[in-house]
Amino acid sequence: MSIDMSQFHEAFFEESFEGLEIMESELLTLDVGEGDVEIINTIFRAAHSIKGGAGTFGFMNVSEFTHVMETLLDEMRDGSRDVTQYAVDSLLGSIDVLRAMLEAARDNGDVDEGMVAERYAILNNILNKGDEAASNSEAEPVGAAVTPGIAQVWQISFIPHTDLLMAGNDPVRMFRALSELGEVQATVDLAKLLPFNELVPEDLYLCWTVTLAGDTLKADIEEVFEWVEDDCDLSITLLDDAEPRELGSDNDSPVVSTPPQEEITPPPASLKAESTVPVMENSPTKPKKPTEAASIRVGIDKVDEIINLVGELVITQSMLDQAGDDLEANAELSASGDSASQKINADILLRLSKGLAQLERNTRELQDGVMRIRMLPISFVFSRMPRLVHDLSSKLDKKIELVVHGEETELDKTVMENIGDPLVHLVRNALDHGVEIPEVRLAAGKPETGILNLNAYHQGGNVIIEIKDDGAGINKKKVLAKAIEKGIVSSHDKLSDDEVNNLIFAPGFSTADVVSDVSGRGVGMDVVKTSINKLGGRVVVQSEEGKGSVFTIRLPLTLAILDGQLVTVGGESYVVPLIAIIESLQVDRAQINQVAGKAEVYKLRDEYIPIIRARSVFGLDDGVDDLHESLMVIVEVDGAPVGIIVDELQGQQQVVIKSLETNYRKVETMSGATILGDGTVALIWDVNGMVGVHKKKSHKN
Amino acid sequence: MSTSLEPVSDDIETNDNIHQNQYLTFLLGDEEYGVDILRVQEIRGWDSVTTIPNAPAFIKGVINLRGTIVSILDLRERFGIESVEYNELTVVVVLRVKGDGKDRIMGVVVDAVSEVYHIAENELKDPPDLGYAINMDYMKGMATVDEKMISILDIDQLMSLRDLDQATESGEQLA
Repeated sequence: MSIDMSQFHEAFFEESFEGLEIMESELLTLDVGEGDVEIINTIFRAAHSIKGGAGTFGFMNVSEFTHVMETLLDEMRDGSRDVTQYAVDSLLGSIDVLRAMLEAARDNGDVDEGMVAERYAILNNILNKGDEAASNSEAEPVGAAVTPGIAQVWQISFIPHTDLLMAGNDPVRMFRALSELGEVQATVDLAKLLPFNELVPEDLYLCWTVTLAGDTLKADIEEVFEWVEDDCDLSITLLDDAEPRELGSDNDSPVVSTPPQEEITPPPASLKAESTVPVMENSPTKPKKPTEAASIRVGIDKVDEIINLVGELVITQSMLDQAGDDLEANAELSASGDSASQKINADILLRLSKGLAQLERNTRELQDGVMRIRMLPISFVFSRMPRLVHDLSSKLDKKIELVVHGEETELDKTVMENIGDPLVHLVRNALDHGVEIPEVRLAAGKPETGILNLNAYHQGGNVIIEIKDDGAGINKKKVLAKAIEKGIVSSHDKLSDDEVNNLIFAPGFSTADVVSDVSGRGVGMDVVKTSINKLGGRVVVQSEEGKGSVFTIRLPLTLAILDGQLVTVGGESYVVPLIAIIESLQVDRAQINQVAGKAEVYKLRDEYIPIIRARSVFGLDDGVDDLHESLMVIVEVDGAPVGIIVDELQGQQQVVIKSLETNYRKVETMSGATILGDGTVALIWDVNGMVGVHKKKSHKN
Repeated sequence: MSTSLEPVSDDIETNDNIHQNQYLTFLLGDEEYGVDILRVQEIRGWDSVTTIPNAPAFIKGVINLRGTIVSILDLRERFGIESVEYNELTVVVVLRVKGDGKDRIMGVVVDAVSEVYHIAENELKDPPDLGYAINMDYMKGMATVDEKMISILDIDQLMSLRDLDQATESGEQLA
């Protein structure tokens, strides 16, 4: 019997990663010293599922590693081990290793053995420490196990109860598992065997005595018999007189590569030691770019909703069908000269228009429903943050409390996948540069513990994510000085406070005096901005010195649909993404100023904004010299307003985004195309690209 | 409007040993060009397009082909032949173009579709390398059917992204 297990792999990995997340978040809520049994149980169950799954699918390194973690958790659960900060951090570190292992298994990649061995050592070290104090029996095998290549001989007396097979357990499988741990010799005891005619085929009458030679932990052997513990009499003893002997290389238990335990000095309780708090990004194995997840988990309520909507659609369709049939029948009637047909006609038309209105509503609701399938709560991203804050605050010696609001806010899956990294970066930045160390905070009259607020909510078709800290805020003088030094702005520029703050998003900008491995490489903020812009979103920062900063990210709900403003330029309709538009207005000649004879700027309230003529960007003959009463759409490009002159403004509508690149190439000024109600194609503006082309063209002149 | 294809002319002597391909031919002025019929997705009448700003002149624009955005290329302008007014005979041959790792769908505007011919591979002759408006890279070969000369086009080369990019850039420089 062979089943292709690989078809279940995806589900296993999905569940395992979920399990890791559960373990991580529960570990973070675990109070040191107390050890809430419920929480430990939850962590234990998650670990156990991963171990079981990994064992089933043959990812032995994963299941072995999880097993060690599980042993530690088990001891915490039954109270034989204290829940120390060190143990919790070690477990958190182990989760990172486990995640790396699972990712390697999923992508058929390699996992960094050194990292795994180091983690094994740390875990074993914790396990051993406790054992020295308690009893010696358990410590011995573990201690012996770290001596490379030395085998012990275990004697296992396995007396199954007769009903062992009834529970679906099979001794053959156990022996097979045992044989993977070392050399197995089994002697069978037939004493209980009944005469043939009294045999019950579902009962088990055999007992075994097994000797197992290998550098195996007792716990590993126990694990083999884990499922049958209650259905058999089991005793596992170490044969003292067995000569330790060198093993062949085929016994490749991962503990073998562990350095002798003496080399591992237990880190001080303060947790300053880098190695105990591995920040994910520091791990030497850069996870390979994960293959785009091909599946999505959808809540059954969302599916039910769509089924309901489709049901309604069918009803509407039959209603329209009926109206159509009636109309046809009535046409025959009126052809035959029936005077009543006039009245009936009006009646049917009323029904028809009602049906069409209903159809419109159904379509819209169905569209919303289908779109919601792709929506996931933002907690998928936010759940990474407690760990990050926990790791970083101990690393930076800061006290930070994370407050999260609006975790249930839903966001498109694609947007979600791409917002994680920028968000991590912003949080990290807030911790590193924003929140001060306790002494400084106290001196400034602030509470010792800094507060980092993560907030997400919907606002008019957009998702807003706020990252707010009550730290030092942005030092405007420093930022401005740095920006002038780097040539981003000139010293003559008069910048508003907000403009200065937003300079931190300029490429190549970093004010960190010391480049730490947390942040300050100067690539960060502009990358954050670029990736958010790529998603069709915007990011701005507001900051008050001494009070803190707020980063506000504004994202579209989905990448598939866009709210657009239809405009006409040169007889063609175009869609301008509404998110880019600040306002639209009619040009007043008095406000136009010529700069250097050619470039035009517009005085809007107290600002001068550049004017771009869409016609000239598109290489069309302008034919208009006087812009008076022309229509101008003011859009935001790189944080600054730009006025684009268009021929006409039409309505606003939602459009479905289609790629131009599928069958053509990238068009610099366009981000895509859409199909309008009349079936024609309209191109969607990329305002950044338009400004780029405008600059290129004016350079040439 | 879609133009129905002429029945396959079967007066050509077929030879079982030699591999034969079917080619759809179309007219550009007096000249007849052929493309591999397996690459032809459909033939449709000329309809208005949405122009793409700053695109090379031979790219007429994009159309909505049942929900997909498809670009339309004018073959006369591509070859530098004098362009004509589009009329009711003007058709768009929608082709599947391979290359650059993916298939693309593109439409070409031609004066009219002509015939479908069986042409054996050994009947395809290398084109003489002189005096042509067309770059020889775009030619698969030439064939003579009923004493007419037919130029068989290599559409993958003709509509490669590389050429498209080059043309777009030089267009931008001119602008």
